[in-house]
Amino acid sequence: MPGPAPAPIPETLPFWEGAADKELRIQRCTPCSRHYFYPRPFCPRCGSEEVEWTTVSGDARLVSYIINYRPFPPFDPATPVVVALVELAEGPRMMTNIVGVAPEPENLELDMPLKAEFIEYEDYTLPVFAPAVAR
Amino acid sequence: MTSMHRGGIAVVGAAETTGIGVRPEMSVLGLHAEAARNALADAGLTTADVDGVATAGPLAMEVSHHLGIEPRWLDGTLVGGCSFMLHVRHAAAAIAAGAADVVLVTHGESGRSRVGVAPWAPNPASASGQFETVYGAQAPYSTFTLPALRFLHERGMTREHLAQVVVAQRSWALNNPRAFRRKPVTVEEVLAGPPIAYPFTRDMCCVVTDGGGALVLTSAERAKDLPSGDRAVYLLGSGEAAEGPLVSQMADPGSFAAFRKAGAEAFRTAGITHADVDHLMAYDAFAHVPLYMLEDLGFVGRGESGDFVAEGNTVKGGSLPMNTNGGGLSYTHTGMYGMFAIQEAVRQLRGEAVEQVQDVDVSFVQGVGMFFAAAGSLVLSRHRG
Repeated sequence: MPGPAPAPIPETLPFWEGAADKELRIQRCTPCSRHYFYPRPFCPRCGSEEVEWTTVSGDARLVSYIINYRPFPPFDPATPVVVALVELAEGPRMMTNIVGVAPEPENLELDMPLKAEFIEYEDYTLPVFAPAVAR
Repeated sequence: MTSMHRGGIAVVGAAETTGIGVRPEMSVLGLHAEAARNALADAGLTTADVDGVATAGPLAMEVSHHLGIEPRWLDGTLVGGCSFMLHVRHAAAAIAAGAADVVLVTHGESGRSRVGVAPWAPNPASASGQFETVYGAQAPYSTFTLPALRFLHERGMTREHLAQVVVAQRSWALNNPRAFRRKPVTVEEVLAGPPIAYPFTRDMCCVVTDGGGALVLTSAERAKDLPSGDRAVYLLGSGEAAEGPLVSQMADPGSFAAFRKAGAEAFRTAGITHADVDHLMAYDAFAHVPLYMLEDLGFVGRGESGDFVAEGNTVKGGSLPMNTNGGGLSYTHTGMYGMFAIQEAVRQLRGEAVEQVQDVDVSFVQGVGMFFAAAGSLVLSRHRG
């Protein structure tokens, strides 16, 4: 059951187009040689407009999470959702869902390696993460 | 010349709505007005004396017009629950600069009964709408809570430390007839409570209530001549800071930069040290937030916050009485709780609190806005410094 749909804007469209192609695309600042997130047409660190869209590995680690036992519609209110904070191998952190395991604390060890997956809904594709090693 | 800090500006009126908790008969704007009129009566002033209005939620001119005030100074700063700490700070600067003489700061929310509340409509094109809400971070309990496990993990702390915060704060609420949750509670009971968002159970999350509060500020010079002058509370220092609107983009999920920056500026501008603080109000929308504050403000070292609370330092007779109204976890939480933290600090400094701490000269009030988005800090004293 999907949550509320995102409404892409011109600055973020490549991220969502990437997701539709099952790729995680984020930006990288050329002078800083560092990736950043969320999308914007300049580097939030140095201000440079010399930035490029890159497809990243989809490798990440679990930084923190909560198990939301009371999601609102359009989520199914009876199905707990793991809302997670992950750090990409390339550096930036993003919010996501952890899928592929039952939503129980014993399945969610902090710092465990994760891999990006993509869930296709009718109107958009959502990047999520699953344990890199089957549990 | 009047200074915005070091006692140049005084809180001369402070009051909450007459009733608090469940107010199905009153709208949001009605709660603002009731609190404002109570605070003006407390100050011994009328709306005719007020030339500055600050509020968050309704527009400042909605509140001023409703009350019959013709303002020459307005502040609608809205950064979430600590907006009122920023209003006090901005009002102090305005009064010191001569841009206003008497400022009214108002808060009112119908968080529980939802009377006269604007429809909730998150923007799916905002950064949070695209990159957070889609994942189920829809409510405070599923967003503000996200970094907590990291904070605990990095420090070797556990959920029991969250529960200890609840137990400590409940102890202050037991005898307070205005507090929403007043039953004694144990760590075991808190942990066994209804799960809301793991690791948080119900009592680790704030109450949801109706109510309001208001403050009246003027120069310390003018305060002397008011009937409320001997109850005046002075602003010694203040600070404000922000990171951003996305909890997922905190520079460090285990520490909030805006607490560190705003808190340090408040200590510096007040010219005080931690040892000078007799009383702490640490905005507690959720049980982890006071733990961040204790560490980020430097009251304790990294990793020491949980044991500091568990060992009784923040309860009656402790070294740092904290959230003495019961806090957002037990007293009240209308949505933007910051006003109530300031109100309790003023009561303690005036010697008028339900659970009065002896000899409170200096109270430190720390607010948080949104979900680790913004911060506002105030140092208040019963002396001009």
